Amino acid sequence: MATTVERSFWQALPKPQSQTGLWSWITTVDHKRIGILYFWTSIVFFLIGGVEALLIRLQLAGPNLSVIGPDLFNQLFTMHATTMIFLAIMPLTAAFFNYFIPLLIGARDVAFPKLNAFSYWMFLTGGIFLNSSWFLGGASDAGWFGYPNYSLKEFNPGLGVDFWLIGLLLAGMGTLVSGFNFIVTILNMRAPGMSLMRMPMFAWTTLVTSFLIVFSFPVITVALLLSLFDRIFGTLLFDVFAGSDLTLYHHLFWVFGHPEVYIIVLPAMGIVSEILPVFSRKPLFGYSVMVFSTMLIGFVGFAVWSHHLFTVGMGPVVNTVFALATMVIAVPTGIKMFNWIGTLYGGRIKFTAAMMYALGFLALFLIGGLSGVMLSAAPSNTQIHHTYFVVGHFHYVMIGGALFSLIAAIHYWGPKMFGRMLDERLGKLGFWTLFIGFNMTFFPMHIMGVMGMPRRIYTYDAGMGLEIWNAISTVGALIMGLSIMITLYNLLTSLRRGERAPADPWDGRTLEWTLPSPVPEYNFAATPQVSARDELWIRKHPHLAAGAPPKAEDRPDETIVLPGGTYMPLLVSLGLFVAGYGLLYSLPVFWGGIAVALLALAGWGLEGDNERIIRLGGKR
Amino acid sequence: MGKAQQAGAQPTTRDYLKVGVILFVLTVAEVVAIYIEALKPVLAAVLVLLSAWKFLLVAQVFMHLKYDSRVYAGFFAVGVTLAILITLAVTVIIL
Amino acid sequence: MSHASAHAAEAVDVHQEAHAHHHPAALGIPNQKLGTWLFIASESMFFAALITTYMVFRYRSVVGPHPDEVVNIPLTTVSTFILLMSSLTMALGVSAAHRGETRQVGKFLALTILGGLGFLGIQFYEWWHLAVDYGLTWRTNIFGSIFFILTGFHKAHVIFGMLWLAVIAISSFRGTLRKEHAVNVDVAGLYWHFVDVVWIVIFTLVFLLTEAGV
Repeated sequence: MATTVERSFWQALPKPQSQTGLWSWITTVDHKRIGILYFWTSIVFFLIGGVEALLIRLQLAGPNLSVIGPDLFNQLFTMHATTMIFLAIMPLTAAFFNYFIPLLIGARDVAFPKLNAFSYWMFLTGGIFLNSSWFLGGASDAGWFGYPNYSLKEFNPGLGVDFWLIGLLLAGMGTLVSGFNFIVTILNMRAPGMSLMRMPMFAWTTLVTSFLIVFSFPVITVALLLSLFDRIFGTLLFDVFAGSDLTLYHHLFWVFGHPEVYIIVLPAMGIVSEILPVFSRKPLFGYSVMVFSTMLIGFVGFAVWSHHLFTVGMGPVVNTVFALATMVIAVPTGIKMFNWIGTLYGGRIKFTAAMMYALGFLALFLIGGLSGVMLSAAPSNTQIHHTYFVVGHFHYVMIGGALFSLIAAIHYWGPKMFGRMLDERLGKLGFWTLFIGFNMTFFPMHIMGVMGMPRRIYTYDAGMGLEIWNAISTVGALIMGLSIMITLYNLLTSLRRGERAPADPWDGRTLEWTLPSPVPEYNFAATPQVSARDELWIRKHPHLAAGAPPKAEDRPDETIVLPGGTYMPLLVSLGLFVAGYGLLYSLPVFWGGIAVALLALAGWGLEGDNERIIRLGGKR
Repeated sequence: MGKAQQAGAQPTTRDYLKVGVILFVLTVAEVVAIYIEALKPVLAAVLVLLSAWKFLLVAQVFMHLKYDSRVYAGFFAVGVTLAILITLAVTVIIL
Repeated sequence: MSHASAHAAEAVDVHQEAHAHHHPAALGIPNQKLGTWLFIASESMFFAALITTYMVFRYRSVVGPHPDEVVNIPLTTVSTFILLMSSLTMALGVSAAHRGETRQVGKFLALTILGGLGFLGIQFYEWWHLAVDYGLTWRTNIFGSIFFILTGFHKAHVIFGMLWLAVIAISSFRGTLRKEHAVNVDVAGLYWHFVDVVWIVIFTLVFLLTEAGV
């Protein structure tokens, strides 16, 4: 019998114990549950962003329409972009980081489970805070980049921009700490034998992405804080008459903004690198080169930000340096393209819905990359900067790239997460409608841009040749909307009526397919001993490991320790959320929120882990 | 990948006190240097060097980087290098 | 045995068993320290962005006072010394924690907090002095804006650090700090030293270079 030890106030507080029901989800620290929370929340925000997009396209369907007035239009394009980037695409990616990274590396959970929960709650509260602006006087209309001085009080006296600034600060905190979490997880919690060069590519892209997050998010934090201080406290940082240079904001924003697009696209590339080998029944071509290219893209991604500033007047020398650096990034990206093609070549291709979306990625991301190279030439950039050409470019990489790969992941990994197969026919229908609708919406934008149609205008005149392209684009957008409905319908009905998913429906190559679908709470009953890349494939085809040293047996664990639920991450989030409103409406409320957050933070550190023991092998 | 802490390779109280004294001396040197006319042409460089020395002492000894896994120093070095390069780049571009 | 103490005993049992089952780390170093160094690397970028803003805007004010008119080397130097010495006491506290001398930890941390208070005291006095005697606030001119924001964020970091150290010091004095918590003291120490290191940079760029006319 152990001796009793005096427990502190925090340790003695009642902790959540139940494993089922709403409270168990609210207090969870299980990476799989957190992944599922991210998954559904990001889908809701994606739909909101999609509605915002459709409204934009309806207004632009024809010349001189007045479906949406100019003020609302500006709010729509601001919130569409902000929502899609920060509240839909990134969190949906995070859903897959959360659910699968520990599984891919043979771990039981992430390094900091409570911090993981905190990341989710900051995402949710930030997203709600941001969108509450719609009901509290109007959303920000200053674009997703919020450039001063338009974003400052003189031109934007309402609260919309403040909501945008604070909402992003809240949500951004969640992303930042998840960067720390995944780096430590991937570096420190790999199963025995899982060397870095044996990790699945998705783990590598997550690792590099997390470094990008860790180094770039602090910079946008400063940009947002400086704007916030000017607006709320009357500081003069972006006051031109006080001597400011507004390009400082541009630099701060884009030093973050450029790595941000690699934060979005590298995981997408990682997903494609997982899916293509499985459905080609061939290993990824040139794994080491892929790893090196990923690192190079991440590294050089920090050196190109001023290509967003070509037209502000930095001078020809600076412009040339950044143009060249941007073109350099095309090299490792191109290498990856060739490696993916090399993976397909000679393979026995299986055209599942997941595979089709992954193939779609290859074609569409390539087009987006090419239009990017066109933008990187500083002289011609002057012609197409701030036109629809840019809108076309980034939607090809964001949708054709990131979204296609995320939907591929839904089809590929969905069965593992939810224990049900999605319908393949609906999946393929969803793919074709999205592929067609997407190209109809965004290809014409390259033409519109070269013809001179600027971005961010709420209407255009007739007789300039823009009508036909805008009309096609709007019809395409409606088809895209239909496609998303098909995929959503597929997802929702499959959860109820889909065929039950086996552990390994795709004849996979990586460790997650050794586990039941859905995955049990403790992940691996036995810590996997890893001896090769594509460990599962080697286990299924032992002749491929011929000549290698004999592999150790997986060590079964009879006793598994799991961290238990906690209220603290949620309370810290709520405190900060309330403080956000306080900053805008009531200073005592602000300080109250901060106090709650600090107290909950103390509790977080001092309350202990509420650990549970799970005994396998019959004893419970 | 990184080295674990080696047995016995830990700074002693005496090491810490020594570093404390050196930091004190370096700070005095920095302040004195400002008022030495002869140093004017290289003053910025001298000040940056002296403060870099202090920075490194705190990082290596107080923060244990000299005695701990190389991974920590790697992270810090990358962060600081990136920070310096970007600060220089933006300052040069704007000014 | 009463129900409450039986429950407490079982909780301790679980806790001790849990500790025996933690898997070894792939890199052989503790997660918390790995995470803390990442955090420090990240914060370097945060302060770099603020420092960049300072370097770009410091001489661009349209109205005075300008940096060279208000910089106070003697006072700032004293506060710098105090912060550096607080790093020394912090390092000694972390050492004590690793040696298992958990009651000593509280004493060193208390000294560190005192150093922090001294630093803040002088710094806040400087702020007051600048506002009252030079008419420099964060709304006076662009130099004022970035000066107070940069040093303000640094102070906020110092205050947070002091609160953190106070929590650890209290547990040391109450006897609830144990040897296995050494890594937590270490982490707090790394944060405190980082805040000191940032001040070394700020002291040089904002105060010394200005006084030197650079």
